[in-house]
Amino acid sequence: MNAFAQFFTAQQALRPRGLEVAAATENVIDINNLQFAWRNNAAPVLDIDNLRVERGQRLFIEGPSGSGKSTLLSLLAGVIAPQKGTVSVRGRRVDALSGAQRDRFRADHIGFIFQMFNLIPYLSLAENVALPCRFSQRRRQKAQSQSGGLEKEALRLLTLLGLADPGLLKRPVTDLSVGQQQRVAAARALIGSPEVLIADEPTSSLDAAHREAFIRLLFEECAKAQSTLIFVSHDTSLAPLFDQVIRLPEINRAGRRLERSGNPVTAGMPVSDIGRKEVTK
Amino acid sequence: MNPFVLALKSLRNRKFTVGLTVVSIALSVTLLLGVERIRSEAQTSFTNTIAGTDLIVGARTSPVQLMLSSVFGLSDTTNNIGWESYEALSEHPGIAWTIPISLGDTHAGYRVAGTTNAYLDHFQYGRKQSLRIKEGRWFADKKGAVLGAEVAEKLGYRVGSDIVAAHGSGDVSFIEHDEHPFRVAGILERTGTQVDRTIFISLSGIDAIHAGMDPAGDHGHDPLAAHADMEHRHREEFHDSSRPNARHDDHHLQGHEPSAITAFYIGLKSRSAALSVQRMINEYKGEPLTAVLPAVALQELWGIVGIVEKALLAVSGFVVVVGLSGMLVAIMTGLNERRREMAILRSVGARPLHVFSLIVGEAGFVTLVGISAGITLLYTLLLTAQPLIASRFGLFIGIGGLSAYELALMGIVCLAGFVIGIIPGYRIYRFSLADGMTVKV
Repeated sequence: MNAFAQFFTAQQALRPRGLEVAAATENVIDINNLQFAWRNNAAPVLDIDNLRVERGQRLFIEGPSGSGKSTLLSLLAGVIAPQKGTVSVRGRRVDALSGAQRDRFRADHIGFIFQMFNLIPYLSLAENVALPCRFSQRRRQKAQSQSGGLEKEALRLLTLLGLADPGLLKRPVTDLSVGQQQRVAAARALIGSPEVLIADEPTSSLDAAHREAFIRLLFEECAKAQSTLIFVSHDTSLAPLFDQVIRLPEINRAGRRLERSGNPVTAGMPVSDIGRKEVTK
Repeated sequence: MNPFVLALKSLRNRKFTVGLTVVSIALSVTLLLGVERIRSEAQTSFTNTIAGTDLIVGARTSPVQLMLSSVFGLSDTTNNIGWESYEALSEHPGIAWTIPISLGDTHAGYRVAGTTNAYLDHFQYGRKQSLRIKEGRWFADKKGAVLGAEVAEKLGYRVGSDIVAAHGSGDVSFIEHDEHPFRVAGILERTGTQVDRTIFISLSGIDAIHAGMDPAGDHGHDPLAAHADMEHRHREEFHDSSRPNARHDDHHLQGHEPSAITAFYIGLKSRSAALSVQRMINEYKGEPLTAVLPAVALQELWGIVGIVEKALLAVSGFVVVVGLSGMLVAIMTGLNERRREMAILRSVGARPLHVFSLIVGEAGFVTLVGISAGITLLYTLLLTAQPLIASRFGLFIGIGGLSAYELALMGIVCLAGFVIGIIPGYRIYRFSLADGMTVKV
């Protein structure tokens, strides 16, 4: 837990504003006084004093289901905005951006890998990989300058991840094994070298042998792209591989309150599910 | 990615259901356009039945009744016009020409009309087109007959064939005038009007059929009329001999004077005189007559017939609504499965608006394809069915481009497709806002 202590400081940041901006340039992620609830008057599901991640670091966030992991990722990606506090990514206050700006920001700077079903079934392997470049000019330009073409860059990444077999490339993505699909998803997250890579339990559908290989691949590629990796999982056996490990329940005061109040219904349910039910009604 | 390209690929992935939706929209569009096409063509054909004629005169009756009987042959005539009245009225200085018509007989279900050369010379239909003779010539004697195109085709008559007129309307006739065979002198070009279903003979030919029967032209179906047959032949001879000119008068048919006619068409020297001549005829002292302006009477008639057509159009409009609802159902059912897809797109930077336009664009595109397929199907059907409809129903359907009204209809359908897409589009928009990237399928 050394790494944890090093990067996460529980004490309140009391620095003047000017300094905060300066600090943000070295921290890729900087969260202060964050509170988030799915409904305005509901109890917050996330209440985090302070969370900082330095550039190029590999952060492991672990916590049981319902501890707010996915919600935290959604906040970092700018899909949702907090009611209180600030979320800065690469020095930009994500929480202060408009919805469209957040979407733009996410397209430009964040690569995302889901737990499973990462791929659009009706697009080819290469099209799936190149997808983020369709929404972000910045990443398209980066990808093109890397290999001289979008298709070429997609193929380069697929080759790096061991998926360059021509027979494989022609097959529908739904024919791929789960492990192969996750590697395609990794290639997609990496294309155009986004500064932040967010992986939401990307290995939980892989077996142990593939799991570690996948993580090592991810590390290598992140290092090459100088991307910061935020890796969420409930599987603590992976934690030793990372630079920095955070147990979410330890920094999420909302989670602690839930545990204390011992509400068996809400505590057992995935937080995002509770929220979704409220919103989609 | 361009949402349109994405939508296209997504559609290709679901070819089967999308194909079914397209087919249902295409069929409904074909039905809508087909009904509209038949409706407008029927109206055109209806109003094209007669042209260039300024007034139609018959015995006192309602204008619609007079049109039905004299132009469409759809109703039995009640009373006749005395030949004297016709001659007296024809002399009016404002009148350029007249066409006398004597109706009441049928042959194999086709109307037999007694008339003169004036019919060929002056009768016009459609856009003031005159009749043209396809084969042979206009009849020149009282045994000569000229056939409408359909009559000749259906009954297999050629120039020179013998035909026999039957008395009374309808397919079945009680009295066959076998003793008065007519010979086909000519066959007319197809007009797409009632003319195609008419057999024209001379007025004296009509007289010859009815000689010996009630000269007032009370053409009731008298089963006892068979008795008249013997007398009939005798009276004809008498009739002919009583007119010294008649025997060698065959080339001067107008000279032959029947006792009565059913109606006559009038062409005026000046159109502006139509109302005053109409009034003059309606107030004619000799006998009670009715003169109608064909255009006005046709409009009145269409007002009656048109309701059915409008109802038909409304029904096919509802069929389109059903087709579009089918699309809505198809999109809505697929929506839940596509939440994952939308979350992935959101994660790579798609905005909720992208997701929304993806669905709306899909609905609009499917509708557009459905419309195009429907129009293609319509024209295929028209091309194959046109000769059939023309021969079976005498309705000639022009295969032109889409009319402004039809284009407007298609515009409405297309717009409706997009508007319907807003429902699932909004739903997925809400999903994508709420789900963010946390959908765990």
